[in-house]
Amino acid sequence: MTERPHLDEEALAELKEVMEDEFNILIETYLQDSQDRIAALQHALVAGDTESFAKSAHSFKGSSVNIGAPQLGAFCLDAETAGRDGRLEDASIALEQIVVEFQNVRVLFQQLLNS
Amino acid sequence: MDDAFPEQGSLRILIADDSDTDRLILSKLVERQGHKPIGAADGDEAVALFCKHDPHIVLLDLIMPRMDGMEAARQIKMLAGENLVPVIFLTSISDARTLAKCLESGGDDFLSKPYNRVILEAKINAFNRMRLMHRTLTQQRDLIRNRNRKLLQEQEVAKRVFDNVAHTGSLNAENLRYHASPLSIFNGDVLFACRRPSGGMHILVGDFTGHGLPAAIGAMPVAEIFYGMTSKGFGCEDVLREINQKLKRILPVGMFCCAAFIQADFSINQLRVWNGGLPNGYLIRGDGRREVLRSRHLPLGVLSPERFSVDAEVISTDPGDVLLVATDGIVEAENAEGDMFGEERLLATLDSVMAPRQVFDAVMGAVGRFASDLRTQDDLTVFALEMTETDESSEMSAGLTLSAVSGATEWLCHYELSDQTLGQFNPLPLLLHICMEVPGLRHRSGEVHTLLSELYTNALEHGILKLPSEWKNTPEGFGRYYAERARRLERIRGQSIRFTLRHSPSRDGGRLVIECHDTGEGFDYQAVLQHDHDPQCRYAGRGLVLLRQLSHSLTFHGNGNRVEVVYDWSFT
Repeated sequence: MTERPHLDEEALAELKEVMEDEFNILIETYLQDSQDRIAALQHALVAGDTESFAKSAHSFKGSSVNIGAPQLGAFCLDAETAGRDGRLEDASIALEQIVVEFQNVRVLFQQLLNS
Repeated sequence: MDDAFPEQGSLRILIADDSDTDRLILSKLVERQGHKPIGAADGDEAVALFCKHDPHIVLLDLIMPRMDGMEAARQIKMLAGENLVPVIFLTSISDARTLAKCLESGGDDFLSKPYNRVILEAKINAFNRMRLMHRTLTQQRDLIRNRNRKLLQEQEVAKRVFDNVAHTGSLNAENLRYHASPLSIFNGDVLFACRRPSGGMHILVGDFTGHGLPAAIGAMPVAEIFYGMTSKGFGCEDVLREINQKLKRILPVGMFCCAAFIQADFSINQLRVWNGGLPNGYLIRGDGRREVLRSRHLPLGVLSPERFSVDAEVISTDPGDVLLVATDGIVEAENAEGDMFGEERLLATLDSVMAPRQVFDAVMGAVGRFASDLRTQDDLTVFALEMTETDESSEMSAGLTLSAVSGATEWLCHYELSDQTLGQFNPLPLLLHICMEVPGLRHRSGEVHTLLSELYTNALEHGILKLPSEWKNTPEGFGRYYAERARRLERIRGQSIRFTLRHSPSRDGGRLVIECHDTGEGFDYQAVLQHDHDPQCRYAGRGLVLLRQLSHSLTFHGNGNRVEVVYDWSFT
């Protein structure tokens, strides 16, 4: 797997320009939503509901890509694929990667918000 | 909604995405492009907001809780009906089968994540153009549909008016077979038939240049003149002259009416045929012989009255002979390959017929088999007239009804025509008209017309012009008779015919006394009266048998140049 940056600086710059005053709200919304999604993924994995797991991963992937977090998006794709194929073990690995990567992204976003 | 179809500028754009951040980003992008975003968090909400806000364009996330994008697209397209509401799917899927399913469910395009604002803007603009084009098309289609519906309604009304003017006349006569499309008038075809007060009938079949309303309008006065003049007793020459003059005056240059005019006299078994511009007509004889009736004149409405010729071919017929005349619909009927039926096939069909009576069905059958296209039938106007032994239908044609009881019952009238007027004017309609003022006499107009017409013909053709009626016994003599008649009419000097008509009422009807006095030399009426019962000389009797049958008394005075007929009639 190719290494991707935690945050896509270029995409973020554009997003900032587009969102103007609402940029901070967007990021905060994303961080909040993402925690909910990770909780949903964990819940689905425990329940063995791979279909629900794949759907959540798919949505998470979409918003992560849009917000400029390509690496997180890539892990979400792994999770989605594993979920759809019913590979519970791979799904579990992908979810761990998502959790770790989300920590990185959250730290970076918070630095961005505080700057 | 205030503005359902903005040409440009602000559009209402429905954005359905369960991800709050994605929705936020898209809303912002759309807003910065000058449009009004409407956000929905799932498919259910998207459909509800679609109904509420009537958006112009819909952006749908594919995977959403409660109702997914495909189902929402289906419902939205159904709700939109004929309006084009572009649906663009938001997706990060690149699986071809899934994308294809999106389009099948009613989607118009995709927008992939992460969103690119340049592409988003371009797509919104492109779909707005398509939406406007669709609207224009729909409006124009509706406009055309409405116009067309209106046109058909107008044609329907016009046809009703036309039918009242033209009606079917005597087309339902037993010896007449015909085919004419119910809407043939808008193809420019006319077919009229009307019984003459004296018996026999007139038939006019015509084909106007052009189609549609102009042709229909031209046909109206033709019908009026045809039925009006025929019912009043005018002969084919007078009716033709009047129709030609009328059409010449009202039709624009380049528009005219190819026509054939037929006057059929069943009592003497004679046809007069005038063909101006129609394909050959055919008279099929009982013995298998066939006579061709070619067009010998320019169509009606082309020549000025001075140059117009009413010369008709006079043909002596036998009962059972059939006359077939059609517009160019038969010879020009096309088959699937674009070949025309043509005259050769028509002649072959005529050759195949064993009895004249089968001609109509044979021809219609042959054309129908040749050209399977139904439209051919619509452009086809054709009739077949069978000559009969007697005039089965001496009752009056439609349109002449019993007049009121009060009117002229007691009167005397002198009417004298001399010299050139004898050749140029037919006094019978006028005299008949005077007689028809007698209440109740109208339904005897056929008999009265016959009396007047026989008396007048005798006085003019035999009394003054001295034409021997024996000539009419042979076909050659027939032509000679009419040629000589025209020649002698030209030279009339110092001659006149005087009618004296007197009517007096009786208890249940009346008595009409008609005296006809010509300046000719008279004739040996005693000798002729003795020949009356000889069936071989059907023309030689000066129609005296008929006169005697119809009248109470028939008397000759002077040298036979003064004839008096007493006609008694009753209401019953």
